[in-house]
Amino acid sequence: MQRLSAVFMLGFIVFVLVHFLIDPPHSYEAWRGWVGSTGVSVAAVLFVVALLSHAWVGLRDVTLDYVAPLAARITTLSLIAAALLAVGAWAVRILLLGRG
Amino acid sequence: MSRRSKPRPVFFNLTQIQIPVGALTSITHRVTGIVLALGIPFGFYALHLSLASAQSYERLTQMANTGLFKAALILFIWALSHHLLAGVRHLLMDIGVGSHLAAARRSAWSVNVGGFLMALLAAGVVL
Repeated sequence: MQRLSAVFMLGFIVFVLVHFLIDPPHSYEAWRGWVGSTGVSVAAVLFVVALLSHAWVGLRDVTLDYVAPLAARITTLSLIAAALLAVGAWAVRILLLGRG
Repeated sequence: MSRRSKPRPVFFNLTQIQIPVGALTSITHRVTGIVLALGIPFGFYALHLSLASAQSYERLTQMANTGLFKAALILFIWALSHHLLAGVRHLLMDIGVGSHLAAARRSAWSVNVGGFLMALLAAGVVL
């Protein structure tokens, strides 16, 4: 899971970098049009999912390594999960509104 | 069996403790991961500003000209480069490339230096 999301994100980052090198969007309209195109939108939403699940696995491992007491573990992991879910919903909203 | 029965030696001369290069790459991979996770909301906020309206897009381009933004961006690019290179190093080791000590030490050096070079490159572009 951690590897799969990593490889997808690597591919997406290379894709975005290459686009910026070849044909950088110089205006708001051009940028919004590019992000709003169906292919880029779908890839961007997948990127958000990959990013947040990658962050979850990483932060969970770090928490389990450094936070020993059970109650503190549960609290920390719940806060991380809630924050990641909230931020994910926000990102999807941003991307969908960017299409409208 | 009790841990307390035999006091462990304490060695705290920091100038003489040697950290193997692989350990440095490994802990930095972890630290940059946390830094990048903390950066997620800022990244999404920038995405929001860039897409919400022509005015907010304009505001983002103005923010991008401040020293604080540039410093944060260079730190972010260093963290991302290091994390990414160290991650690729792990993936290669998974499929058996460079998992022997000499090669692993060389690739660990490459990751540490490569991340730094990417930050220098970013600084050159941004500043």
